[in-house]
Amino acid sequence: MLSTMDFFWERIVPNLDKGLWLTVQIIAPSAIIGFLLGVFIGTLRVFGSPKIRKVMDVYTAIIRGVPLVVQLFILYFGLPSIGIYFQPYTAAVLGFILCSGAYHSEYIRGALLSIKQGQLKAAYALGFTRVQTILWIVVPQAVRRALPGCGNEIIYLIKYSSLAYIVTCMELTGKAKALAAQTFRFTEVFFAVGLYYLFLTTVATWLLAWLERRLSIPGFGGKSR
Amino acid sequence: MLRSEKRTHRLLRLYIPPDSGWRGTLSALSGFLACITVFCCEKGMPEFFTTLNSLIPQFFDKLLVIWEALPYILGGALVTAATIVGALGLGLILGIPMAVGQIYGPVPVRLFVRLYVWFFRGTPLLVLLFLFYFGLFQFIGLDVSAFVASCLVLGLTSAAYQSQIFRASISALPMGQMKAARALGMSDAQALRNVILPQALRLSIPGWSNEFSILLKDSALAYALGTPEIMARVNFVATRTYTHLPLYIVAAILYFIITLIGLYFLRALERRARIPGYNM
Amino acid sequence: MRPEYRYALMNTQTPHPPVLSMRNISITLGGRKILNSVSLDVERGELKVLIGPSGGGKSTFLQCMNLLVTPDAGSVSIEGASVNPHDKKALCRLRQDVGMIFQDFNLFDHLTAVKNVAIALRRVKGMSREAAEERAMHELGRVGLTDKADLYPAHLSGGQKQRVAIARALAMDPKVILLDEPTSALDPELVGEVLAVIRDLAKSGMTMIMATHQMDFATALASEILFMEQGNIIERGTPGSLLAPDSATRTRDFCTRLADM
Repeated sequence: MLSTMDFFWERIVPNLDKGLWLTVQIIAPSAIIGFLLGVFIGTLRVFGSPKIRKVMDVYTAIIRGVPLVVQLFILYFGLPSIGIYFQPYTAAVLGFILCSGAYHSEYIRGALLSIKQGQLKAAYALGFTRVQTILWIVVPQAVRRALPGCGNEIIYLIKYSSLAYIVTCMELTGKAKALAAQTFRFTEVFFAVGLYYLFLTTVATWLLAWLERRLSIPGFGGKSR
Repeated sequence: MLRSEKRTHRLLRLYIPPDSGWRGTLSALSGFLACITVFCCEKGMPEFFTTLNSLIPQFFDKLLVIWEALPYILGGALVTAATIVGALGLGLILGIPMAVGQIYGPVPVRLFVRLYVWFFRGTPLLVLLFLFYFGLFQFIGLDVSAFVASCLVLGLTSAAYQSQIFRASISALPMGQMKAARALGMSDAQALRNVILPQALRLSIPGWSNEFSILLKDSALAYALGTPEIMARVNFVATRTYTHLPLYIVAAILYFIITLIGLYFLRALERRARIPGYNM
Repeated sequence: MRPEYRYALMNTQTPHPPVLSMRNISITLGGRKILNSVSLDVERGELKVLIGPSGGGKSTFLQCMNLLVTPDAGSVSIEGASVNPHDKKALCRLRQDVGMIFQDFNLFDHLTAVKNVAIALRRVKGMSREAAEERAMHELGRVGLTDKADLYPAHLSGGQKQRVAIARALAMDPKVILLDEPTSALDPELVGEVLAVIRDLAKSGMTMIMATHQMDFATALASEILFMEQGNIIERGTPGSLLAPDSATRTRDFCTRLADM
C-alpha cells in the first residue's frame, strides 16, 4: 500500500487534474452566461412591462425556492419522460445558468432600484431615449453596485458545480468519488478534492476583489459612501 | 363582452373582426385550430398526436403514483425539517462563540475562526459530506447514521456562515454600547451577555432567515449519503415507478412550501423580537 | 458653431416666433391642481425668473417645458412648432434643444466630469469619442473646470458639480436652458461661483428660464419676473416694476420676507 504522500502524488493528483479541467469547463460558461442572463432578467424585472415583470418574478421565486439538486434532477432525469434529452454536461451547465441567472437577477434588481430617479431625469432631459438611458446610464451604475453580490454568487457557483456529479458528469467530485470507491481511502481523496475547490474559490475571490478594484469609482461601493 | 374581448390573445385578434360576438370568436378559433391540425398532419407530425394520446392515460397513472407515494414522501419532509432544525441549532451554538471570538478574542482564536470559515465556506457541501461521512468520522472512530452525519456537517458549515452574520451585526453596533456597559461596572462577559448579544441577535434575524432558506435547499444534498429525506425518497419512488418528472415537481413544491412555512415563523419571531427604533 | 454666434445670427431674422411657448398648461395630481392653465412665451435672449413659495408649481412648470412631466392639457411649442408629448422622437429632439439644470445636480455618478459632458454628445448626437470629448473640454473650460475634468462626481464640491451640469447642458447647443433652483442645494459659500457662470451665460445672450430664491441676482439680470403661487402666475413684470420700493405687489412682499429670514 502506498504511503499517503505517494498516494497523493501518484493517484490523486493525476486523477483530479482531469476532473479539474471539466470543472473549469462547466464553471466558465455557467458563470459568464449566468451573469448575462441575470443582468437581462434583472433589467426586465425593473423596466419591463407589468406582465413581463410578473413572469420574471415568478421565475426567480421558483428557482430560488427550489434546491438546485431538484432542478438538476428535473433537467436530467425528469425531462426525458416528455421526450427532452440532455447530455450530462449540457444538463449541468444549463441548470447552473438558469439557477445563477435567477440569483444574479436579484442583486441586479436591487442595484437598479437603488439608482436615484434624478439620474434618469437628467438623461431624459439631455434627449436620451428610454433604451439609451437604461443602456448607458442605469446599467453601468447598477453593475458596479451589484458586483459584490454577484461575485459572491459566482463563488457559490464554483462550489455548486460539484453537483454536476449528480447528473453523472465526471468532474472533480465525480473523479474523487470514483477514486475513493476504488481505493477505499476516503479521507485522503476527499480532503484533497476539498483543497482543489478551496484553491478555485480562493483564486476566484482574489480575481473578483481585483475586478472590483479595477471597476471601482469614487462614490460607489460600500466604503466610500 | 368588453372584458372577454380584452383577454383574447393578440394572435387571435388578427382573425376576429372587432365587432363580431362570441359566435365570431368561436368560429375564428375553430378555424385557427383546424389550420394547425391540417398543417401538422401535412408536415408529417402524427407522432405528436400519438404521444398526446398516450400521455393522457399516463397522466392519471402518474397521479395515482404520486397519491400513493405521498405519505412516504411527506415522512421525508419531516426528516428534512429535523435536519434543518438540528443544523441551524448546531450552527447557532457554534456560530455565536466564533463570532465573539473573532471580534474580541486573542490572535490565535481569531486565526482559527478565520481558517475555519475559509475552509467551510470555500469547500462544496457535497465534498464536505463525503469527507466527513465516509472519511473523517470513520477515521476518528465515530460511527454515526447518515442522518446524524448530515446534521453535523450541515451544522458545521452553517456555523461558518452564521458566525459571519453575527460578526457583521456585532460590528454594526455603536462602539458606545460596550463602553457604556463597562462604565456601569460590567465585566466584558456580562456586557456581551446583557448588552451586546441581545442587540446583535435581533439585528441578525434577517440574515438568519436567509441562512435558513439556503440551508433548507442545501439539505437536499443529504440524500447523497442516504439520509431518508425528501430527495432520497422521491428518487426511490421515481426509479421504481418510472415517474421522474411529476415526482421531482412534487419535491420542488414541497421545498417551496417548507420555505414559506419557515419564513412565516421567522417573520413572526422578528415581530416578537422587535424593539422600537430598531429597523431591521 | 458656438451658441453665442448662432444667437447673434438668428437675432437678425425678423420676425421670429418665441423660442419656447407654453399654452394653457394644466396638471392635476390626486385631485389637486398643480398647474392651472399657465401660459408663458419666452423670446430669444430673455432671462425669465420664476419665484414664489415652494409647492407653488415652479418646479413642475419647468419640467413641463421639456415634457419630463406630461401636462394633462395645454401645448408646448419650440420655435413655433408644437411638440406632441407622445411622439418619442419629437420628445427627444425637444429635450436636446432644451437644456435643464437640476437642484441636486444629477450628474451621472459613474462618469468623470468630462465624460458626463461628453456622453450625450456621443450617444444622442452620435459624435465620435474624440470630437465629443474635445467639445466637452471646451465646455468645461467655459465654466472654469478644465483641471477637474478627470474627477468623479463624488470628488467634486457641490458648486463644481453644478458647473459641470451647466457645461453638460451647454454642450448640447440648447436653444433655451431651464434652471430649477440651481443654487438651493449648495452651501452658501459655493453659491457665488455658480451664479457667476449663469451671469456670464445671460450676458452672452443665452435664453434661460430659472426658478430661484436669489433675489439680488434676479433683480439684476431678469428681463421678467413671474411670481407663482398655487399653480398660477399671480404677478409678472420687470424687476423694476414689481420690486419698486413703493409698489404693493405680492412679489415685493414675498421678497421682503425672504430677506428677513
